[in-house]
Amino acid sequence: MNTFDFTQSFRDADLVRGVMEEIRRTVTRPWVLMEICGGQTHSIVRHGLDQLLPPEIELVHGPGCPVCVTPLEQIDRALAIASRPDVIFTSYGDMLRVPGSNRDLFSIRAQGGDVRVVYSPLDAVKIARENPHKQVVFFAIGFETTAPPNVMAVRQAKALGLKNFSVLVSHVRVPPAIRAILGSPSNRVQGFLLAGHVCSIMGYWEYPPLAEQYRVPMVVTGFEPLDLANGILKVIQLLEAGQVEVANAYSRLVTFEGNRPAQQMISEVFMDCDRAWRGIGVIPQSGWRLRPEYAKFDAEERFDVAEIAPKESPLCIAGQIMQGMKKPHDCPAFGTLCTPEHPLGATMVSSEGACAAYYKYGR
Amino acid sequence: MTDSLDLTGAVCPIPLPHNEQIVLGHGSGGKMAADLIAKTFLPAFDNPALRAGDDGAVVEVPPGKLVLSTDSHVVSPLFFPGGDIGHLAVCGTVNDLAVMGATPLYLTAGFILEEGLPLDTLQRIVHSMRAAAEEAGVQIVSGDTKVVQRGKADGVYIATAGVGVLPPGRQLGGAQAQPGDVVLLSGPMGDHGIAVLAARGELGFETDIHSDCAPLNGLIARLLAACPDVHVLRDPTRGGVATTLNEIARQSGVGITLFEKNLPVRPAVAAVCEMLGFDPLYVANEGKVLVILPRQSADRALEALRASKEGREAVLIGEVTATPPGRVLMKTAIGSTRVVDMLAGELLPRIC
Repeated sequence: MNTFDFTQSFRDADLVRGVMEEIRRTVTRPWVLMEICGGQTHSIVRHGLDQLLPPEIELVHGPGCPVCVTPLEQIDRALAIASRPDVIFTSYGDMLRVPGSNRDLFSIRAQGGDVRVVYSPLDAVKIARENPHKQVVFFAIGFETTAPPNVMAVRQAKALGLKNFSVLVSHVRVPPAIRAILGSPSNRVQGFLLAGHVCSIMGYWEYPPLAEQYRVPMVVTGFEPLDLANGILKVIQLLEAGQVEVANAYSRLVTFEGNRPAQQMISEVFMDCDRAWRGIGVIPQSGWRLRPEYAKFDAEERFDVAEIAPKESPLCIAGQIMQGMKKPHDCPAFGTLCTPEHPLGATMVSSEGACAAYYKYGR
Repeated sequence: MTDSLDLTGAVCPIPLPHNEQIVLGHGSGGKMAADLIAKTFLPAFDNPALRAGDDGAVVEVPPGKLVLSTDSHVVSPLFFPGGDIGHLAVCGTVNDLAVMGATPLYLTAGFILEEGLPLDTLQRIVHSMRAAAEEAGVQIVSGDTKVVQRGKADGVYIATAGVGVLPPGRQLGGAQAQPGDVVLLSGPMGDHGIAVLAARGELGFETDIHSDCAPLNGLIARLLAACPDVHVLRDPTRGGVATTLNEIARQSGVGITLFEKNLPVRPAVAAVCEMLGFDPLYVANEGKVLVILPRQSADRALEALRASKEGREAVLIGEVTATPPGRVLMKTAIGSTRVVDMLAGELLPRIC
C-alpha cells in the first residue's frame, strides 16, 4: 500500500528514542517548559513522554483546554438556556460533563431538557432548519482552532435567514493568555510549545513580539509523540544557545501566515473582547465575541442571561495549575474530593485538562 | 339516543386486523397478543417447551451446576452493519454464559415494543434472533411481550435471560487471575461501538466497519478443550477492554500490564477514534473474549483461538503481575509506562 499512516509513523518508538537521546545530549541545566495546548498535555501523559525526558526538563501544563477555561458564568448561562422548554441546546460532547454552579448539561438532559451532542456546529444549523418551532442554540466554545467552523455556522444561519439559531460564544485566544502568564511576577516558564492546531489556522506571526518582549523562545509543536519530542528538542536547543525566536516544528501543517481566508472570515464575524478564563480570571482582549452586525445570532442577547454571575469552589487550584505555578498533586482535593466523576473544577473535567490527564494516567 | 333511530341492518364495524404495525392491543394478553405469538414468535423459535404454551418452560438439563445470566438490550439504531438488536440480545446472554465456562442451553426473551413499531421490523429482529440462537445451539424457550405508548420507548427493547450448565470440576471467574498469567484477546478492539456510532449517521462520513457481534460459545468450548487451565474469561462489552481488565485486576487483587504495540485495532476503527478523541481500549465489543491463563499455555490457547473464525486475529496483549494490585498499566509503544483507568462515564467525543 502506498498510503502514509499519519498517526503510527509519528509514534515510531525508535524515532522518538532517537530524539530523546538528542535532547539528553543537548540539555545542560534545568529548564521549565509549558505546552500551551490541552491536546498536547493529553498526548504527553497518554504516551508517557514526560517519563522519557531527562530530569532537567520540567513540563508545566498550560491553559489550552477550551473546555476547562470556559468560565463558570458561561456554563451557568448555558444551563439556564438549555433548561428552557423551547430550546434545543447543542454542544460538543465533552461540555456536557462540565459542572456549573450546581449542575451540568447531563442533569439538564436527565430532567427533560433537549440537550444534543453534535460533531460540528453545522449540524446544529441543520437541526435549526429541521425544527423551525424550536430555538436551537450552539455552545460555541474553543480556541482559534474551532473558530472557523463556528463562524461558518453563523454565516450559514444568516445566509439561510434562520430566525431560530443562535450561538453562546465563549471563544478564547492563545496569545493574550501567553502574555498574561509571562507578565505574571510568579512566572516560571522559560520556553513555550505553541499549539500546532491553533497555528494551523492563525499562523505564528502573532508570537515574535511576545517572544522578544519576554525573552522566551517558542516552538510551534504538533501532537504526536514524535512531534512533541521534536518541539521540546527545538526549544531546548534555543534555550541552551541563548537564542530567542519563534521556530516551527510542525511545518507539515503550519505556515507563518496561517490560513488567511479562515482568518479573514473570523474577523468578519468575531471581534476581540475581554474574557474571563475559568480558574484564572479576566484576561484583557483575550476572547472573541460576535460583532454587532451578528447580534441577532447571539444567545446571550436572545435569552437575557447576562445577569448570571456565579462564584467558584474555593478548594480548586485550577487557576494556579493552568498558569504553571502548581501541579495537580499539589491540590489537597486531587483524586479525593475531586475526580473525573465528581469534578470540582475546570481541569478535572475534560480529558485535555491537566488534572483529568494526571488522574486518568495515574500520575 | 332517540326513539326514531332505525337500527335495522346496523352492524358493528369489523376491527382492523393491525397486521402492519404494533398497537397497544398486541400487549393486552388477549387475541391480538396470541396472534402475535402464533404468527411471529412461535414459527421462528419453535421448540417443544415453547410450543407447550404454559407459563414456564420445562427443560432437560445435563449434570453440573446451573449458570444463570440476564441482560437487557437497548440500541439505536436497531439495525447496524454486522448485526441488530435481536442478534445482540441472543449473543450477549450466550456470551455471558460462555465466559463463565458454561455450555449455554436455553434463553428466555422479554420484548418491550413501542406502539407503531412496524411488524415487519419486529419480524426481521425475531428472524435474526432465531439465526443467532441456531448458530449458538441454544433454544429460546419462554418469552413475554409488552407494548408501551408511542414515545415511551425506542422501537424495541429486548431482555434475555439464559441458562447454561457448568461441567463438573470447571471453575472460572474474575477473581482467579494470578501473577505469571498472560492476557489474550480474541481479535481487534472497538468494532461494535464504532459500527453502531457510524450507523447513527451523525458522523458526517461513512465507514465500512462491521460490528463483531457473534456468539462465542463455540470458540470458548474449543479453547477450553485445548487449555483446561484457563483462569479467567470475560467479554469486553461496554467500557471496552480497559474497563473489563480493571474489573478483573480488582477482583483478583493483581496488576495487569498491557503492551500498547500488541493491542489490535483495525485501521478504520483507529482512524474514527483518532478523529473523535476516543481510545479504542474503551470502545464496546460484542464478539471478543479476554483470556487469562498461565504463560506456558499461551501458545496452545492462541492456536486454539485462531482455528475459529471469531478468534482468527487473537493476540497476546498483556501479562498479570503481583503489583500494583487492582490496577492496569500499559507499556506504551515509545517505552514509557502509564495507568489505564476504567471508563468514567459516557464516552464523549472531544472538541478538538
